Amino acid sequence: MTELQFHLSLSALLFCVGLAGVLIRRNVILALVGIEFMLNAANLNFLAYWRYGSRTVSMDGMMFVVFSIAVAAAEVAVGLALVIALYRRLRTARLDEMQSLKGCTERTDDERS
Amino acid sequence: MSALNLLLGIVVLTGAVAALSLRNLVHCAFASIGAFLGLAGLYLHMGAEFVGLVQILVYVGAVGILFVFAILLTRGGGVEERPLFSTSWLCGVGVAGALALVLLSGLFKGADPSDPAASRPSPTLKQVGQRLMVEDVLALEIMALLLTVASIGAIVIAMPEPSRKEEDPT
Repeated sequence: MTELQFHLSLSALLFCVGLAGVLIRRNVILALVGIEFMLNAANLNFLAYWRYGSRTVSMDGMMFVVFSIAVAAAEVAVGLALVIALYRRLRTARLDEMQSLKGCTERTDDERS
Repeated sequence: MSALNLLLGIVVLTGAVAALSLRNLVHCAFASIGAFLGLAGLYLHMGAEFVGLVQILVYVGAVGILFVFAILLTRGGGVEERPLFSTSWLCGVGVAGALALVLLSGLFKGADPSDPAASRPSPTLKQVGQRLMVEDVLALEIMALLLTVASIGAIVIAMPEPSRKEEDPT
């Protein structure tokens, strides 16, 4: 396994762990953590090709990662603000209890337990 | 593939799995900070010093702490007794596992495009600054604008709505 393959497979596994987290966790903050892991996996890919690819010139890969980190920081700030606004309104941070758009007229905490 | 790389990779993956499977949300936040630190170590070991330091500054310093704050503000600090995973968790794990299989098989089947002979000197901070401030200065300014808009937007979204205080959502 070359260095490039090692970094790319690590990045693929990290992406899939993040994807599984987004799909299965019920807490909305942890879904955001999963999205962050997926973004980090993409950054790792950029850097792996920048460092170990065969035709890299200059530092394009690094610049991509710097800008991607800045976009991710903006995204997480807005995402957590949305989580807090939703919590203030619905008093819950769980995705399965946010059902206002699902056509339910009442909240169904009690039905489930 | 050096032993240090392998160790850092194990740190990243265990941190990520722990962050998404632990029961206590504060532990999850700290596990994710551990994974981000492992990634910063990988970047530093790759010779991208600037990106490694930015990763520590932004992810460990800002994003990780924001997660801790959000968990505490939504009162998720205690241990969660209700089920952690959604009822269709098997489906989610299946999708992620299938994607991992596809990516890894594609990765090891094709020709390896890497160039072991290429040794690149890691760019100095001066070169990075030159690049950011001269060639990419327009992108940098747009990014500054984006960050300003995002932080103002975050404040506006998270501000309590005074008119809606009397109607309690519960």
